[in-house]
Amino acid sequence: MRRVALSVNGTRHELDVEPRDLLVYVLRERLGLTGTTVGCDTSSCGSCTVLVNGESVKSCTMLGVQADGLELTTIEGLARNGELHPVQQAFHEHHALQCGYCTPGMVLAAVSLIEAGEATDEDAIREGLEGNLCRCTGYHNIVQAVSAAAGVS
Amino acid sequence: MIPAAFDYEVAESAEHAIALLGEREDAKLLAGGHSLLPAMKLRLARPSALIDIGRVSELSYIREDGDHIAIGALTRHREVRDNALLRAQCPIVSHTAGLIGDPQVRHRGTIGGSLAHGDPASDLPAVILALEAELVVRGSGGERTVPASEFFTGVFQTAVGPAELLTEIRVPKLGSTGWSYVKMSRRAQDWATVAVAAVVERSNGSLGKAAIGLTNMGGTPLRATAAEEAIAGGSSIEDAVKLIPQGTDPPSDHAASSDFRLHLSTVLGRRALEEAAAR
Ligand SMILES: Cc1cc2nc3c(=O)[nH]c(=O)nc-3n(C[C@H](O)[C@H](O)[C@H](O)COP(=O)(O)OP(=O)(O)OC[C@H]3O[C@@H](n4cnc5c(N)ncnc54)[C@H](O)[C@@H]3O)c2cc1C
Ligand code: FES
Ligand code: FES
Repeated sequence: MRRVALSVNGTRHELDVEPRDLLVYVLRERLGLTGTTVGCDTSSCGSCTVLVNGESVKSCTMLGVQADGLELTTIEGLARNGELHPVQQAFHEHHALQCGYCTPGMVLAAVSLIEAGEATDEDAIREGLEGNLCRCTGYHNIVQAVSAAAGVS
Repeated sequence: MIPAAFDYEVAESAEHAIALLGEREDAKLLAGGHSLLPAMKLRLARPSALIDIGRVSELSYIREDGDHIAIGALTRHREVRDNALLRAQCPIVSHTAGLIGDPQVRHRGTIGGSLAHGDPASDLPAVILALEAELVVRGSGGERTVPASEFFTGVFQTAVGPAELLTEIRVPKLGSTGWSYVKMSRRAQDWATVAVAAVVERSNGSLGKAAIGLTNMGGTPLRATAAEEAIAGGSSIEDAVKLIPQGTDPPSDHAASSDFRLHLSTVLGRRALEEAAAR
């Protein structure tokens, strides 16, 4: 066991984890933040995407111990005072989800892309979301939503 | 999928990592973890200990050093892609780093991990080979410099010893040298079915010398030596690329048959050489 300090959605947590505990399971099972989903468990689908120091990362491919001392944001931490984050709001308005399983990862990948200034046009958004799969294949509306949130048409 | 249990140590510096490696047999370095952790989850790898070098910030840098650019092994793909100095002086490396995986992978994976992993399907090795780059490897006895041509020794094997650390990659400043890296993959985010790196010198509008690196055409990244010699001897690109398959031994797998890869290498080789000649 190893003691780690994680800052998750602005709250500091100190907990003992096994080195082999994947970050996604630390978030889901130890901190109860089940908004982060496991789709493939093989680094391919992006549904487990969270922000690590503001950048999108697949939390099934990172150990909890690697996150020691870092700032994490999960889907639960995006809304502020009951107001959806602009990307969440855009997903709502553009019907950018069907079953919703890929949505937390899709939203966080989009937030990272927009904040990096890389969501410059539709092509860049499609490229920038290549690490996220939507099993319901709702890409069209997802791209529309991200374009709207990024202010590109 | 959960990896088998292992001990975990955080290295504070390159020296500390080397000391920790010396203390344990069967320990592995953990950089970005984007090759190692998937393998450990599948239990294809079961090291007894991981030494986390992910926080060794002294090994994350890109700087000018005489006639070359020095890249610290812990520099992440994202930084390699975006770094202004590298984009100006050796753009093929930045371009290629931008083709690796997807944004999430590029936020974690490192250039050192990509090279030290020794995967013949990885993108940067063929580029490093075509650039005739140098790799700096450090162990308890000090530092040595390995030319790229001697670095990749087999499938998942490199010149980095079990108690050694790859610390730096030295790539040449390209100046007016033309370059291209053309990658073909079946799906977005995927590894290369085949990819070709070309670095060419031009004289009077025609190709003088070309270095051609091949991804996923054998157990290690390869140079297309016969095609390079043909170009040096005055062959056209069209004739020279027919020689690219010589000396290769591409795998057959879910993405493509060996025969298809042989063919693809000539097509991508032509595109890469033409683009490099025009750039
Ligand atoms: C979904 C996905 C898609 C990908 N797509 C591509 C792709 O298209 N092209 C591509 O090239 N790669 C791809 N990769 C691999 C990615 O580039 C990895 O980041 C890279 O191969 C390994 O770098 P790392 O820092 O993550 O190394 P790690 O996984 O931490 O380490 C890999 C190996 O190298 C050793 N090692 C690491 N650093 C050092 C060092 N400094 N000195 C000595 N040994 C060291 C480790 O001990 C381990 O054996 C992909 C990965 C994923 C998960
Ligand atoms: S669950 Fe992590 S990438 Fe699919
Ligand atoms: S909405 Fe169902 S997987 Fe994307």
